[in-house]
This record gives sequence, structure tokens and C-alpha cells, in this order.
Amino acid sequence: MAVRDLSGADRGVRLRAPTLLRFLAHQLAARPFFVIATAVSLAFLFAAIFAPWVAPYAPNFQDSDALMAPPSAAHWCGTDSFGQDLLSRVIFGTRYVFLIGFSSVVIGAAGGLAIGLAAGLTQGAVEWGLMRFVDAILALPSLIMAIAFISILGPGIDKVIYAVGFAMIGPFARTVRADVLQVRAQAFVEAAGLMGVDRLRIIWRHILPNVIFPLAVQATIRIAEAILVSSALSFLGLGVVPPAPDWGLMISEGRAFISIVPWISGVPGAALALLLISLSIVGDGVREQFDPKLRANR
Amino acid sequence: MLRWTLAKVLQTAAVLLIVSAASFSLLKLAPGDPVELMLGDDYSKESHQSLMIQLGLDRPLPEQYVDWLGRFVRGDWGTSFVSRTPIFQYAFVEALPVTLTLSAAALGLALLIGIPLGVLSAVRKDSAWDAAAAAFSLTGSAFPSFYLGILLIWIFGVAFGLFPTMGFVAPWQDFWGGAYHLVLPAITLSTPFMALIVRITRANLVEVLEQPYIAAARARGEPAWRITWVHGMRNVLMPLATIVGLQLGALLHGAVLTETVFSLPGVGRMITDAVLNREYMVVQAGVMMTGCLVIFTNLAVDLSYPVLDPRLRPR
Repeated sequence: MAVRDLSGADRGVRLRAPTLLRFLAHQLAARPFFVIATAVSLAFLFAAIFAPWVAPYAPNFQDSDALMAPPSAAHWCGTDSFGQDLLSRVIFGTRYVFLIGFSSVVIGAAGGLAIGLAAGLTQGAVEWGLMRFVDAILALPSLIMAIAFISILGPGIDKVIYAVGFAMIGPFARTVRADVLQVRAQAFVEAAGLMGVDRLRIIWRHILPNVIFPLAVQATIRIAEAILVSSALSFLGLGVVPPAPDWGLMISEGRAFISIVPWISGVPGAALALLLISLSIVGDGVREQFDPKLRANR
Repeated sequence: MLRWTLAKVLQTAAVLLIVSAASFSLLKLAPGDPVELMLGDDYSKESHQSLMIQLGLDRPLPEQYVDWLGRFVRGDWGTSFVSRTPIFQYAFVEALPVTLTLSAAALGLALLIGIPLGVLSAVRKDSAWDAAAAAFSLTGSAFPSFYLGILLIWIFGVAFGLFPTMGFVAPWQDFWGGAYHLVLPAITLSTPFMALIVRITRANLVEVLEQPYIAAARARGEPAWRITWVHGMRNVLMPLATIVGLQLGALLHGAVLTETVFSLPGVGRMITDAVLNREYMVVQAGVMMTGCLVIFTNLAVDLSYPVLDPRLRPR
């Protein structure tokens, strides 16, 4: 929304940085949760990119003098049953979280775009068949669908990405189709058709651009879901294989020791919860920004 | 009306066929030779061949599919390689009731607490109460349920020792014992769902309460509870029914995790163990059961719309 204060007083007098600061301060006052959540999500992303520099230890370094050690100066978040530093493992784990989250959403969005476009642009029996196909994908809960794919593909990071990505095609396809139907009914599309513009050109120049943007918004919102499903897979022992520092895997490893050393599950779990809550606030903010209907309701 | 119902039923049948074909191909795409799995390491070429023919694996795929579907509908789901018992008994008679009980308990809890919370925050819009409910609904829907389950085990099971942290007692045999064992799993599973119900109830009721007919009811001097619960909630029922129906899949998704965290012998645990043991026929049975459950619920929700909302009754 209207953000930057460009009233005469500042213009040309102040430098760039203070304007940015003012912008942030304004945003912080207007939407504090959104700004904080964005900052937290970016901090996780930063940790993922710069993991080797940020983390105090290597993710698989085993400190045999500190097995299941409580949080201390040497190990800020304690260690697990192998003496591995939990903070370092959580930091390296953000790499898996974002890699799997982004990649699987890309697969899901691409597949959903293809099927949704096809279903939205065709008519009659073909459309009916495609929609039943989408219904069938939606009939299986994403986790169960991902488990079914894993049972064929086997465990591993790349397999998790495919499994979660395929499982997300259904919801994407449904929203893309709805958008296509809406755009197709617009006067400018009809006009282009009446002017004799080539059908493929209409799709490429008029329909696709109007569908891609809401799809991108959808994709940002669904990253959290992809992260949740993939860490759930790892938690069940069907996803990323040990000793990778995957959060879901770490939570499941700590489950056996919950009564004596709660931090083994607690630390990665808290990181996952914090990231998912932040991403969901960011997603709500993004959706609100780009969906005028939602804004009007507030 | 009849035409519309028939169209819905036809759609559902088509979706069922697609899901069943997908489940069938799961077994075909699964790595490894099922005959080898059944025979073990030591077998002769002749026994391999005869078992292939006996299982019908030498026939064309469409024929195998029809044959498989027929047996599935009759409840012949094959035999487990691991326990050597019929899969139907294990999956449908033993595991499914556990998952359904857990889901029903979670759904009941979510509706019982979620609806009043949502109504309260809609009626007292923009109050501190509303803000608290919004915070709960945001946190609850984003919180990873398996981690919530572990936290609950740690707090209520280990630290305070209030509730059992694992196992299932059938409520139809011992109601209170069953309910006692279900407390923590039901809370775990219902939290994201409850959060959603709070949000949906609030959003819809806020909108409904601004309608002229509500103002008219107020002007007639009807009591506040009647305006909210009778006039207002009548129009919130539809979106609520939609959400409950649409979210059944999410509920089953959560049940898989909750069952694993609390060691409940339900469908989710069954599928997870089956993948780890490479028992593809059990995975297939689990996929079919969840698929059918979701599909039939969606049909029920679709067919309930005209009942819930007279405006949607096709003439």
C-alpha cells in the first residue's frame, strides 16, 4: 500500500539509506507481524545460504565428550545422542528445508499450470476428464500421496522433492483452472478472438500473463505446506536418509529420548514451528496485498 | 434435482475409477518382482512361472486391472507377506476403526471448541479476545502437528504424568479408558483443524452479521443469542460444511503423523510400516481406503448443499 513518504521535505535532502529506514519503520508500524515474520524467514534463508560460516560446528562433527549435553557455552542448543551440535545441525538443516520447499513447489506449480491451463481451455469431454483427474489427485491427502510416491521411488532428497512436488499438482491445477476461466470470460480475450488473433497467441499473450501472477502468489503461500509435508516424510523415516541434518529426521531421532533430553527434538522442532508460522504470516500478507477482495474485508 | 444428483454421482464414479487405476499401477510400478518376494530367495524357474500364471500376472494389464478391482470390491485384498494374514482383516477391520475413532474425536473436539471461539470473536470483533483467537488460529494452523504431539507427550505425559502417551483402547469396549487414551492424540490432531474452524466461523459470521436481515431482527427486538445462533449461524453452516468436507483429507494426513507419534495402530501407521517393509499391497489398500473415504465425504458434502441452503435447490 502507500508507503513511501515523498512529501517535499525529504526529497533530495536525505540520502537513500534513511529513506529505506523510514520505509521499514513505517512498515513496522503499519504491519508489525508481517515485517517481523519476513525478517525471521529471511534470517532462516540467510542461515541456509551461509551455513558453513554461521554454524559453529560441522553438521556431522561428533563431540564424544559431550553426548546429549544440555545447552552450554560450547554448545548453545545442546548436543544429540551422537554428540553432534544441535544448533549447527539446525542451521545446516535449513538448506534441506529450503531446497526441498522451493524445488517441490516449482514442480507442483509447473504441473498444475500445465493441467490447469489444459482444463481451463478445453471444453466438453476433455475438460470433464481432466477435472476428474485433478479431483482424483485432490482425493488423496498430500502426505499419503507423497508416501505412495516414496514407496515407488525410494527414500532420498531428490525423491522427496519429486514426491512432494507431484502431490501438490492437484491444488495448483485447480486454482490455475479457475483463473483461466475467469480471464477467458474477459472482454479483451473475446475481442482478441473476434479480431482473428491466433488461438495460441491469445493463450500466450493474454491468458498466460494473467494466470502466472496469481500462480506465483499461490506458490509463495504453498512453500510452507511443502516444507511441512517433506519434514513429515522425514519424520516418518520415509524421506531424507540419516545422517543428514534434516529437521524432521532430527525430531524423530530425539523422540526416543524425550523424557531425559527433551532438547534433541525440541530444538529442531522449535525451528520448524517458528519458520512455518513466519512463512504463514508472510503468505497471508502477500495474499492480502494481491487479493483486493481480502483487503476490502478487513 | 435428480439430474444434478446423477451428474454428481457420475463424477464421483469417474474419480473413483481414476484413483483405483492409480492404486493398481502403484503395485505395477513398485520396484521388485512380486513373485520373487513371495517365493523368497530360493526358487526354481518352473515354480516362478506357475505362480505367475496362478496370480494372473501373465495376462494383459487391463484384464489384470478389472480382475483386481473385482476382488477389491469383494473384500479380497490379498495376503500380507509379513504377517501372512488377509490384508482386508488387518487394514479394514483393525486399522480403519482406529483412524476413524481418532479423526471423529479430533473433529468433534475441533467443532465443539472452534465454533464457540469463532462466534465469540465475531460478536466481539476487534476486542482483545478477538486478537487472542486470531493469534491462536494463526499459530495453530501453521504449527507442525507431529512436533505438537511430542511437546504434549513431554509436558502432559512425562513431566506431569497426567495422560497416557501411547497405545489405543477401543472406546466401544471401554469407553472411559478409550477416551483417556485419546486425549493427547485428539488434541494434537484437532489443533490445526480447530484453528481453521475458528477462522472460517469468524470470517463468515462477521459478514453475515452485517446483512440487513440481521439489522431487521435486531429492530424486532429479538434476543442477541437468537440473532447470533439462529439467524446468523444458519448462513455460516454452508461454508463450515464445505470446510469440514474439504479438510477431511487434511485430517487423515494429520492422523498418519499423530498415529506415529502416539503409537496408535491405525491406517497411517499401517501405510508407513508397509512402505518401510516394502509391502506394496498394504500401501495400495491404504491409498484406496483413504481415497474412497475422501471421495465419498466430498460427495456427501456436495449432496448436502441443497439441504443446508434452500437457494441452491435446483428446480
